[in-house]
Amino acid sequence: MIPAPFQYYAAKTVNEAIGLLQQHGDDAKLLAGGHSLLPALKLRLAQPAVLIDISRVSELKGITSDGDRLVIGAGATYYEIATNEAVRAGCPVLAECVGQIGDIQVRNRGTIGGSLAHADPAADLPAVALALGATINVMGPNGARSIAADDMFVAMLTTALSSDEVITTVTFPILGKGEGAAYAKLRHPASRYAIVGVAAYVKLDGGTVSACRIGVTGAGSVAVRQPAAESALVGTSGDDAAIAAAANAAGDGVDYLGDIHASAEYRQAMVKVYTRRALTEAVRRARG
Amino acid sequence: MTAETMPTKLVGQAIKRREDPQLITGQGSFLDDIKLPGMTHACVLRSPYAHAKIKSIDTSKAKAYPGVVAVFTGEDMLDLNPLPCAWQAGRVKNNVNTPRVLAVGEVHFAGDPVALVIAEDRYIARDACDLIEVEYEPLPVVVDAKKATEPGAPQLHENAPNNIVMEWEAGDKAKADAAIAAAEVVVREQIINQRLIPTPMETRGSIARYEPATGEFTLWTTSQAPHVMRLVLTAFVFGIPETKLRVISPNVGGGFGQKIFCYNDMAFTMWAARKIGRPVKFVEDRSENYKYSTHGRDHITDVELAGNRDGTITGLRVTTYANLGAYLSTIAPGIPTTLYGRIITGVYRIPAAYVKVYGVYTNTAMVDAYRGAGRPEASYLIERMVDRFAAEIGMDPAEVRRKNFIPPDAFPYDNGLGLLPYDSGNYEAALNKALEIVGYADFRKQQEEARKQGRYLGIGISSYVEICGVAPSKWIGLPGEGWGAGLWESANVRVHLTGKVVVTTGSLPHGQGVETTFAQIVADELGVPYDDVVIEHSDTAGTPFGYGTYGSRSLAVGGTAVYRSVAKIKEKAKKIAAHMLEANPDDMVYENGRVYVKGSPDRAKTLAEIALQASVAYDLPEGMEPFLDETTYYDPPNCTFPFGTHIAIVEVDPDTGIVDLKRYVAVDDCGNVINPMIVDGQIHGGIAQGVAQALYERAVYDENGQLITGTLMDYAVPAAHMLPPFETDRTVTPSPVNPMGVKGAGEAGTIASAQAVMNAVIDALSPFGVKHMQMPATPENVWKAIRAAQASS
Repeated sequence: MIPAPFQYYAAKTVNEAIGLLQQHGDDAKLLAGGHSLLPALKLRLAQPAVLIDISRVSELKGITSDGDRLVIGAGATYYEIATNEAVRAGCPVLAECVGQIGDIQVRNRGTIGGSLAHADPAADLPAVALALGATINVMGPNGARSIAADDMFVAMLTTALSSDEVITTVTFPILGKGEGAAYAKLRHPASRYAIVGVAAYVKLDGGTVSACRIGVTGAGSVAVRQPAAESALVGTSGDDAAIAAAANAAGDGVDYLGDIHASAEYRQAMVKVYTRRALTEAVRRARG
Repeated sequence: MTAETMPTKLVGQAIKRREDPQLITGQGSFLDDIKLPGMTHACVLRSPYAHAKIKSIDTSKAKAYPGVVAVFTGEDMLDLNPLPCAWQAGRVKNNVNTPRVLAVGEVHFAGDPVALVIAEDRYIARDACDLIEVEYEPLPVVVDAKKATEPGAPQLHENAPNNIVMEWEAGDKAKADAAIAAAEVVVREQIINQRLIPTPMETRGSIARYEPATGEFTLWTTSQAPHVMRLVLTAFVFGIPETKLRVISPNVGGGFGQKIFCYNDMAFTMWAARKIGRPVKFVEDRSENYKYSTHGRDHITDVELAGNRDGTITGLRVTTYANLGAYLSTIAPGIPTTLYGRIITGVYRIPAAYVKVYGVYTNTAMVDAYRGAGRPEASYLIERMVDRFAAEIGMDPAEVRRKNFIPPDAFPYDNGLGLLPYDSGNYEAALNKALEIVGYADFRKQQEEARKQGRYLGIGISSYVEICGVAPSKWIGLPGEGWGAGLWESANVRVHLTGKVVVTTGSLPHGQGVETTFAQIVADELGVPYDDVVIEHSDTAGTPFGYGTYGSRSLAVGGTAVYRSVAKIKEKAKKIAAHMLEANPDDMVYENGRVYVKGSPDRAKTLAEIALQASVAYDLPEGMEPFLDETTYYDPPNCTFPFGTHIAIVEVDPDTGIVDLKRYVAVDDCGNVINPMIVDGQIHGGIAQGVAQALYERAVYDENGQLITGTLMDYAVPAAHMLPPFETDRTVTPSPVNPMGVKGAGEAGTIASAQAVMNAVIDALSPFGVKHMQMPATPENVWKAIRAAQASS
């Protein structure tokens, strides 16, 4: 559990980090909270020659709100997000999700940008980002661009980020009247990652579900939306029968993983169970 | 003094542990805190293969790496003997294969040590390991104990055909066969007690220093038994005089059995320190602890329990395949035999019982004692089967237990399995108390109501008995149970010139609170202030030989040695006081630290005055030696047999299979209690580990012998939030075995708890038709059990 030797740089600005990424190419890894990277280094599963520490880059810090949206610095820790009043009021599902990640030590170190960039198939945040339609704002050598959550998660541990880009902020909507979201998770007892995690967002217009988004993590190699279940709910009243029908339609399009903790068959069944639970709570909240 | 007349002053009180201020403020000194001048650091290259021939090892690149001091392989250490197996199964042939310090020629499990790098720091040592080139020829692998005995299975050792270490049996086969053939009801199951990894908070390690001028070694090591390590390392591994080695256990961060044993790092740090002339430190990382240090449990058992429809149990027949890993660890064969097979009938009077145990080699890490050591496996088996039998005949499981308990008037009780007689017990009292606390009748009504609402509650009872205070040397030793030495304990008590009391003991704490409980006993018995008593331990220099701390034996055996030494001190003090008071020694009374002539308590000598008299020695009775200094080597006449009943209540979510442990009630009887807070702490920790076996923990090897649960990301040890508050209570049935009437409490929680939880889970699932399922009851396993039962009904 001792890492292989590496060079270490502590970047002070995003531009400096991008410059170092360009200089060192594939030999380099960004280090933020380090809670995915350091265990991989210690087991020598990852042996990057260069680490670029961005945990002290002040422009990546901070959480702001413009009334419609929350703009969360990529370097914000789970603890900072979970305890931020604007997040708790405007997007409680996000605060709840990050407030149960790992343990206290993990939440004090782990960052939202680090989690989204790493795209661990069992991480919690990708499901919530998908369900809420978050936007991942990045900076690279050619300037800034924005990636929709729907386009972000490409494959296991692979995102739409280029190797020389840095996530700067993540934008979440502030939920208004008639909107509700929830995250339901079957937690692995050792790692506390999601065996299955389902985030659901529901919008009600005059008693009818007008929009629904569902993000599933943990079950497969990459976090995905659940279009069949979403459209099954839209246009209904969101009552128990409608939720049950939508949940029953969940589970498609997942590249299921199976391991000693949970077989693919079990994960598939749990996607339906946790979709029902997340939808039930999201509808309850949307009704206010 | 008998148990009934023992004074209760400090004894019986929840005194805070004197060990804790140091430990909880970060002032402890654990192995890795120790830094010696000139110290080097060792890293071990381990086999990635579970079974392979070593064709060649090229260490040249590693040797050339800057900062590397030396690189060694097994061929360099052929002057060292393999590590010893000190407890072979008694009265049968054992096909013994123990590990070499570094493997020679062949590796037998993934993690087997192949080469050793010594470097200026840990990082260099680790990096250099990657530069060693080893050519392996992989061989076929077997990890399952039953499959390993089948024809055609890969063979690990030439002297162990079909990978069998030993075949061992207890009880009466003919009687058991007949009882089963004649029974009204026979229930049969295959019960798997899965492999666990003890996971002490602190991993293991060793630091060795060698003094060339004297030829003496000092070894600091994370050991539960420093005296035994000194003995086996010198006499068996190195072949040097015992006097050339001093072993010190610093603060030890939990052991749970894993730190009883002799490990290769003890030997290679010593060997290398002598070779390179500098101290050598080795500390396992967590991955190494998981791959190399001993695991626990791992039984596959076919069991049949026979009985009548009135609830009487008439027979028990058991065949167990005990996976002992790739080699024999220090006391491995004794665990599934003496400490398992001999107590397989538990708290029940079963007239016909027979158990057969196969010890088996597989391409996995060594298996040895883990908290409870054999008794959890035995208790799980019988308690699961009693519930299975109760369900089969439609009788309340509490009632079946009552009907078959060994009654209180049957003690001392011989269970017919070659064990010493159970010392004392009142099993129904503990059961009744636990049922009362849990509100058993009310719960059954609640359960019925809940089922109507589609909620699945379950209750599980576990009535256990175990073996503590091991053991009379004559019984457990070589001619009997195969233990390679004695199993007494020692204590020296000295009252210094100032009246302060120094106790040195062969027992040592690594969480047990021995410094506190022993001081409570001494303070009470001598009538001196608690703070005037110091307990010294853990260093072979300055303490009398002791076999160490394990098997819940420190109080019953080591504590009794202390108690007896104190009694001898009091006798001598009386003689000196009689001399000082010009009285007849036979008329003297020792009370609350003062000695006086019977009937004249005002004219007394204090212990401090007597100690001063004894120390300056100006005027002592004719022929008496100076000083108050007494030693006892206490060999117990019997083991002790703690017991109790634990009850768990769970709710199972049938959609997900998640088990919610809602309540946990523990009623334990460990005889007289010295410190109830320490007993509660031991019970709490033990329950946590047993609950974890039931719900979370399992070590898994794949078919290639790779440990899949090799990190704490995969192997689920329990955290506080995964456990409910424990409701603990006690009954007190003093042991007649020792003068304090104590039994031991270190392992009871673990021995009692897994089956309480599993019985509750299966009770909750009974509406689905589930009759048995294997541990751990993970969500998926429960979910599958429900579906399998539904599919077959």
